[in-house]
Amino acid sequence: MNIWLVMLFGGLITFGMRFSLIYLFGSFEIPETIRKALHYVPPAVLSAIIFPELFLPNGTLDLSLENTRLLAGLVAILVAWFSKNTLITILAGTLALFLLKLFL
Amino acid sequence: MSEQFKNFCAGIRAEFPLLVGVFPFGLIYGALALNAGLSTAAAQLMSSIVFAGSSQFITAQLVHESTPGFIIVLTIAVVNLRHMLYSASLAPYISSLPMRWKALLSYLLTDEAYAATVIHYENEGVTPFSHWFFLGAGFSLWFIWQISTALGIFLGAAIPESWSLDFALPLTFIAMVVPVLKNEPAIAAALSAGVVALVAFSLPYRIGLILAALVGIAVGTVLEGRKSPKEKMRPKGIL
Repeated sequence: MNIWLVMLFGGLITFGMRFSLIYLFGSFEIPETIRKALHYVPPAVLSAIIFPELFLPNGTLDLSLENTRLLAGLVAILVAWFSKNTLITILAGTLALFLLKLFL
Repeated sequence: MSEQFKNFCAGIRAEFPLLVGVFPFGLIYGALALNAGLSTAAAQLMSSIVFAGSSQFITAQLVHESTPGFIIVLTIAVVNLRHMLYSASLAPYISSLPMRWKALLSYLLTDEAYAATVIHYENEGVTPFSHWFFLGAGFSLWFIWQISTALGIFLGAAIPESWSLDFALPLTFIAMVVPVLKNEPAIAAALSAGVVALVAFSLPYRIGLILAALVGIAVGTVLEGRKSPKEKMRPKGIL
């Protein structure tokens, strides 16, 4: 599928969700289970993207010290934990990857 | 100064601290979207067609990984499901507006617009022009998102090709996910989704991504069970 179609469908779906219950006001309630489940969308989706990036740098599992992305990613996780700051996390992870590639 | 304009400006003022927070995200999105292989036009227009920050970052990453389009669309849908909660939450306050207003405000209903607007409605209730407050909050965020995207694209185009930036997107996701890992169910959701994503990585059409997300969501929801008290919904994430 072409990027423009992806954006068009993605945009229509996003608008549809924002509009949905404003439009249906009074005739539909979101079930409690779905409300709970929505809390876990960000950790689940983001981790599903992050893990392969860190653990499968070439499409195969690499747990060695040669896997600089995994090590730099761990540095970024620690920095994110303590700083709670996006820019600092990105800079720390990028710097870590650069240094690891230089020295390992 | 008309009442409409006063409410509109009050919405912008309430949104202001959130605008400051969103600006760097727009810059990063613009720069990384180009680096991920999107054209300048696609990177810019995604900010008004999809207009949802986290799913725009994810789309850029998935395009970079040559993920099939329907998986990207499905992922956008899952990531943006939370907007239905905002829609449900604000619906009673704007139920008497004409449909064109409802549609416009729905388009502008991001995490940040929701945060400022719901607080206003809870404190002030519905007044004859309070939808102008919603418009001020929503539009100012839209405007800053377009400007910061454009600036990010401009800066991104100036970054030399040799600087490999393709690790910056996963780093952005790490910065987004770590702060939401506040309790065991959330951590379990993240770990289980991550492990399934690794195991299912070689499945065709990158369907493993959707599978992993669904497993993670299910694990978190089941673990939360009925024991924890219902917490008040606080919007989290960007746009």
